[in-house]
Amino acid sequence: MRQSKVFELIKLKFPQVSEEDLTKAVIVPQELLPAVANYLKGQDLSFDNLHCITAVDRLERIELVYIFYSFKNRQQAIVKVYLPIDAAEVESLTKFYRSADWFEREVYDLFGVKFLNHPNLARILNPQDWKGYPLRKNYTNPNLIRKP
Amino acid sequence: MAITEQIPGAEFIHKLPGGPVVLASTEKIFKWAKSSSLWPLTFGLACCAIEMIAAGASRFDIDRFGAGVFRASPRQCDVMIVAGTISVKMGECVKLLYEQMPEPKYVMALGNCAISGGIFYYDTYSVVKGTESLGIPVDVYIPGCPPRPENLFFGLMKLQEIVRKERHAAK
Repeated sequence: MRQSKVFELIKLKFPQVSEEDLTKAVIVPQELLPAVANYLKGQDLSFDNLHCITAVDRLERIELVYIFYSFKNRQQAIVKVYLPIDAAEVESLTKFYRSADWFEREVYDLFGVKFLNHPNLARILNPQDWKGYPLRKNYTNPNLIRKP
Repeated sequence: MAITEQIPGAEFIHKLPGGPVVLASTEKIFKWAKSSSLWPLTFGLACCAIEMIAAGASRFDIDRFGAGVFRASPRQCDVMIVAGTISVKMGECVKLLYEQMPEPKYVMALGNCAISGGIFYYDTYSVVKGTESLGIPVDVYIPGCPPRPENLFFGLMKLQEIVRKERHAAK
């Protein structure tokens, strides 16, 4: 199955999605993400593996990047969700993909995105009493020395 | 430095007619014995630990200096080789291990990261800026990124010198 075919199938089912120009990623509205994930996992596309979740800080918004992989079709799909930076909250995908558990904890730890209905949304890399989210552009820390 | 100073214990042997005689004070012998059996802690943090492991293996052989007995417990150690980058989370463990070591204890900071944070000095939120910023006193600094096993041996010889020149045998 071609990459464009995957997008067409998703677009057919969910008309609200769009495609990012450079990356050919599927941009999904925040509230549609669980439905899209469910559809990707289903029989039509069989993306049975959530490979990676990461995020990009674009100052005015946070882009969540989900990479799905299908072992059956040997193919990957990239799904992006744009979130406002001051209210970064999105539904957790743990009920569809078990691997989402730790990925979401990592994104929460480093970018401060709240995943709703996550079983245990605690910091995974930094100490539990850590303040702030280190990979955000506006992160500051007294011990962090900027290169002059 | 004369060669007799470089070989620990060489100055104890006095050549007298009839054969060499060992003459020394007990304190000197005690220091010589202590400096020749510095037991390090089995403790590596990053890539410098790989150099430390290489130093322990047969090609370089840290046993030549009597420091090859890497102990798996801080309670049996004399010297802690801080080998590598200390992350903020690991810093607590380093402090705990240092406190668990019995006196007299010595610390060697192996590599730039253990000295000052090294390449992680700027723009890094998760790395401690050197061993001393944790409040652990360092006896010998060994620069390098990572230092070769020979550098570690040079640092070890410097530490042996420090031990032999201590005012009291028991620190």
